[in-house]
Amino acid sequence: MQNLLQKKDFYAGLLMVLLGAGVTLNSTTYNLGTLMHMGPGMFPFMLGIVMTFIGILIFISGLMTPLEDGERILPESMEWRGWICILAGPLMFILFGEYFGMVPATFMCVFVSALGDRTATLKGSAILAAGITIVGAFVFSYVLKVPFPLFRWSF
Amino acid sequence: MLATALSDLWYGFGVALEPQNLMWCFVGVLVGNMVGVLPGMGPLATISVLLPLTFGIKPVGAILMLSGVFYGAQYGGAICSILLNLPCHPPHAVTCLDGFPLTKQGRGGAALGITVISSFVGASWGITEMIFLAPLLVRVALQFGPAEICSLMLLGLLAGSTLARGSPLKGIAMTLVGLLLGIVGTDIETGTPRFTFGLTSLFDGVELVGLALGLFGIAEFMKSVNQYSDINTRYSKVGIRDLRPSRDEFRRSIPAMLRGTIAGSLCSLIPGTGPTIASFISYAAEKKISKTPEKFGSGMIEGVACPEAATHSSVQGDFIPTMSLGIPGDAVMALILGALMIQGVIPGPQLIREHPDIFWGLIASFWIGNIILVILNVPLIGLWVKLLMIPYKYLYPSALFFVSIGVYSTNNDMFQVGETVAVGLVGYLLLLLDFHPASILLGFVLGPRFEENFRRSMLISRGDALVFLERPISAFFLFLCVVLILAQIYVRLRKPKAIAAAVPSLDAIGKEKLAPRGEAL
Repeated sequence: MQNLLQKKDFYAGLLMVLLGAGVTLNSTTYNLGTLMHMGPGMFPFMLGIVMTFIGILIFISGLMTPLEDGERILPESMEWRGWICILAGPLMFILFGEYFGMVPATFMCVFVSALGDRTATLKGSAILAAGITIVGAFVFSYVLKVPFPLFRWSF
Repeated sequence: MLATALSDLWYGFGVALEPQNLMWCFVGVLVGNMVGVLPGMGPLATISVLLPLTFGIKPVGAILMLSGVFYGAQYGGAICSILLNLPCHPPHAVTCLDGFPLTKQGRGGAALGITVISSFVGASWGITEMIFLAPLLVRVALQFGPAEICSLMLLGLLAGSTLARGSPLKGIAMTLVGLLLGIVGTDIETGTPRFTFGLTSLFDGVELVGLALGLFGIAEFMKSVNQYSDINTRYSKVGIRDLRPSRDEFRRSIPAMLRGTIAGSLCSLIPGTGPTIASFISYAAEKKISKTPEKFGSGMIEGVACPEAATHSSVQGDFIPTMSLGIPGDAVMALILGALMIQGVIPGPQLIREHPDIFWGLIASFWIGNIILVILNVPLIGLWVKLLMIPYKYLYPSALFFVSIGVYSTNNDMFQVGETVAVGLVGYLLLLLDFHPASILLGFVLGPRFEENFRRSMLISRGDALVFLERPISAFFLFLCVVLILAQIYVRLRKPKAIAAAVPSLDAIGKEKLAPRGEAL
């Protein structure tokens, strides 16, 4: 039992079973139709069942194989800083892009995500962000003409 | 048949040599090569990042540019693996084995030169194959009804997901997730929104660019952040002159190249066995027939020539089902096909007839692109080597910006940037559980057409599911599916001995070499 909780296949199978069951249940809220005239729910319904089945198979294969040496689900070092910064970068892009325009969005996106590296400094990240902002504004606004104002103030 | 093929090819060259198309092909190869050289950017990530740039171009130009990006990126990956011992792309894992020792001996330039020639030879053969095989396949495929198409797609999905790396079961699971993501949005036949959770932004479905960039961009960055040790660039000083292999090296590589080409094209005939398997098999075979097998791994030029030729001939072979049947063999092909669909071109057997300019132009551009690649790499090799030295900590923040703006610019919609972040997070969790997200893309691109054909064939058969077995061609495809599954089970059950003996170091190399880096497929 102790072993089982460390196995990737345990969680992988569980995930697929849950997803499959969820899809199957959800698809019954749409019209299933008949086999001849399939409604929008029929294909996802079948898909959900197959998914659940595959999930069970992954689960079983997890039970049958011994725990691999050094098998671990989480990576050896938890890179919380890196992960959060990487996810926060594009989110900053959305936030600042929505309210202040492309230049602030680009700067914040690069700046925040650059901080994710363990050796990053505020100054280094800011220089990188400034450089990318200039290049990005030139390429996307001037050359490719993406309809995204460089600056705006929309509240 | 030869005459029509040649005249079609002539027409293709006409299309590909139009100044505008030629320019896009050149831009594609250049940018693809440039981005592909960056450590940690495999062809999948490169194509996904550059995909949004092609939306403003006409379909022909866009596909020429994308395929240019693709082989540019592939060659960039080869540079990365030979000079730095870092395979950003699994097929190149084998090239590292002998490529990096050559670099250490100061012959890295020659290895790169041989790589260019081998890939050109391999690709040329693959292209020739495509010229003759694709129209034949199309003629057969045009007779297919929905039932046959459906079974064929099932075969394609199964082969693509089970023969890739990792556990076949998990590959199938990922394909199913892809099919599910393909369902999201408004049902074409009834107009019912499905799995949209009430979000109007999802009514048009999940965006291909967002999905690809989430899976191969953000998820990969999360995996690789802070994992990069200092890149060893001690050996990677390569100038223009070093690219020329010595006469002896050249003489030894030629037969290896030809053998690799054959191995690659054989592999591409089996659906789903992509370039990775081709390169491993050809390397193993080359080692077996060599007079000095013990020297492999210590810098044999044959060990570079052979897998590179195999990779490229099999990649070109993969284009055959993609372009003629509309069924991609792996995630890269799925991405290219998805790009065509965004352009409003419907993939499938009717493509050659309806868009001969795309098909023949693409074929001709393969050659032109490969020549551009050769010409480009001679003067620019010094620049590529400089690019190799960009540290990852500067690379990924810049890439994240390109991801964000790329996704935004496809529809000018911030929601999709958020979608990409969500996909990235989920993709990373899946990576932690040993799922390989590449198969998601395969399911996603084929999903809607699969469902459509499934529903249509059930309608024609009046709800009788046996139709798939009653029609001979469809039954044959289903039979192949069963064979495929049984073979997988058989191999799994006796895996420890048989596989280990046949392909000695496949898993070992893959794990050892790819583990610390991003596994950009």
